[in-house]
Amino acid sequence: MHKLLFMSFLLFEAAFIKLYAQDEKLLLQKVKEKYDKVNDYVAEGKLKTNVIFIKAPVSNVKVYYKKPDKMKIKNEKGVSFIPKGVVNININEVLSLQHYEAISSGTSRIGNTECRVIKIFPLRDEENITRATLYVDENRHVILKSVISTREEGTYELLMSYNRYVTYGLPDKVQLSFNTREYKLPKGITMDYDNGAKTPDPKNMQNRKGKVEITYSGYVINQGVSDNVFQ
Amino acid sequence: MFVSLLRLEIYKIFRRPRTYIAFGAITVIVLLIQLALKVNGTDFIRLYTDTQTDIFEIPYENILNGYFVCVMVLHMILIHVPLLVALIAGDMISGEAAAGTLRLIAAKPISRTRLILAKFAASSLYVVALLLWMAVFALAGSILIFGTGDLLVFKETEMHLMKQTDVFWRFLAAFAFAALALTAIAAMAILFSVFSENSLGPIVTTVCVVIVFTIMQQLKVPLFEKWINPWSLTAHMLGWKGFFYVEKNEEGVTLDGSVENPWAVLQSALILTGYIVLFLMISVYYFRKKDILS
Repeated sequence: MHKLLFMSFLLFEAAFIKLYAQDEKLLLQKVKEKYDKVNDYVAEGKLKTNVIFIKAPVSNVKVYYKKPDKMKIKNEKGVSFIPKGVVNININEVLSLQHYEAISSGTSRIGNTECRVIKIFPLRDEENITRATLYVDENRHVILKSVISTREEGTYELLMSYNRYVTYGLPDKVQLSFNTREYKLPKGITMDYDNGAKTPDPKNMQNRKGKVEITYSGYVINQGVSDNVFQ
Repeated sequence: MFVSLLRLEIYKIFRRPRTYIAFGAITVIVLLIQLALKVNGTDFIRLYTDTQTDIFEIPYENILNGYFVCVMVLHMILIHVPLLVALIAGDMISGEAAAGTLRLIAAKPISRTRLILAKFAASSLYVVALLLWMAVFALAGSILIFGTGDLLVFKETEMHLMKQTDVFWRFLAAFAFAALALTAIAAMAILFSVFSENSLGPIVTTVCVVIVFTIMQQLKVPLFEKWINPWSLTAHMLGWKGFFYVEKNEEGVTLDGSVENPWAVLQSALILTGYIVLFLMISVYYFRKKDILS
């Protein structure tokens, strides 16, 4: 009798989890439908870099995107340090996963918005993404925050805020956090002038967070983007 | 009287074939660096950015512009230019002594102080001419070959990026500072020249002093760093680089027109000026007493 009860409980639990996971997947499907409205875009924005060993001005960048996973950020007139994660990791890549498990991890507030937290685990070994945590605004069906771990590019945290292009699921501002690496050149190469300014200690650079922020001024959506742009 | 004396000294400098060795050497070195960077510039930048290629997209083509090439040329060349300055300034008095003309010019109705000052002024003008030549080839030439763009400067543990609209004035300031630094070398070479009867001694001594202090600066020994480097001529000569180090705000964004710790650059300029005055004073003091009859 006890055995039967225990078995029934397990079956109920499994069915409940499955139903709940389906609920998460349904929400992600709605988010994806919104993103799917965009086949391509060209956006102009301002890029701000905050990395311990880089001193850089705000630069003007152009962001090109084409379905399913082509993305390019260009500073045509100047120099910008763009983390590879911005280019290689985009939300669409997560939402386009075919085989994955989605687990609810409760709710969390991002700014003033209550978000559903969904953890995603790809089931296939060949995926570049090893796991992702998405913070989904259930009302607007957009992702406000994502923490994506990859095999090759490490872990990236994306924070997005929406306004004018929310109907397309396109953010007005993206903030990317990533782990930095030590930057140190041999003294003999640089022959620095010692101006007494405090310089970063290379030991502290390892695994420190760097941040890059892109504030978009406007998008041109679904007007076609040449493949040459991405080469 | 001083102006005509100065004219005479300038004439003497530019009449000597060895004067043009410096101009020729600078032309060849600059052209070689430009050629090397034109052919292999991307690999050169990769040397500096190698540790970051996994994290960042490095825009090699945009980094490699005329401003970047000019900074690299100055970085490679300016530590060797003291040799070229010493070649002329170290010969100013001792060369006359060796040729037997020192007695002749000292017999003129001009004070020995003026004579030293005229020779120093002529050497300084030679330094300025050398830097102008360098500016034409290194800056204008590089802009012509590589174009303009944002300037990236590599430090030991930092990268400083400046907008192209915020760069040109920095070059003007850097060249002005380099003129001051090389004038200090000229003053030192004249000082050694006063004590010598042949040209080779002051030239070699000046070069040796520069080499010894540069090595002490590179060794980073705490004793040297505490007691010698703060007063080292060669350490302050690098002050031109200070104009290419920028300040950033709390968000990590650089401030246009800023110089990281401008007081340090000013202090270096003052120390170099102090050396010039000191070297000239000793030169004048000794030269006034110098026995030129023997």
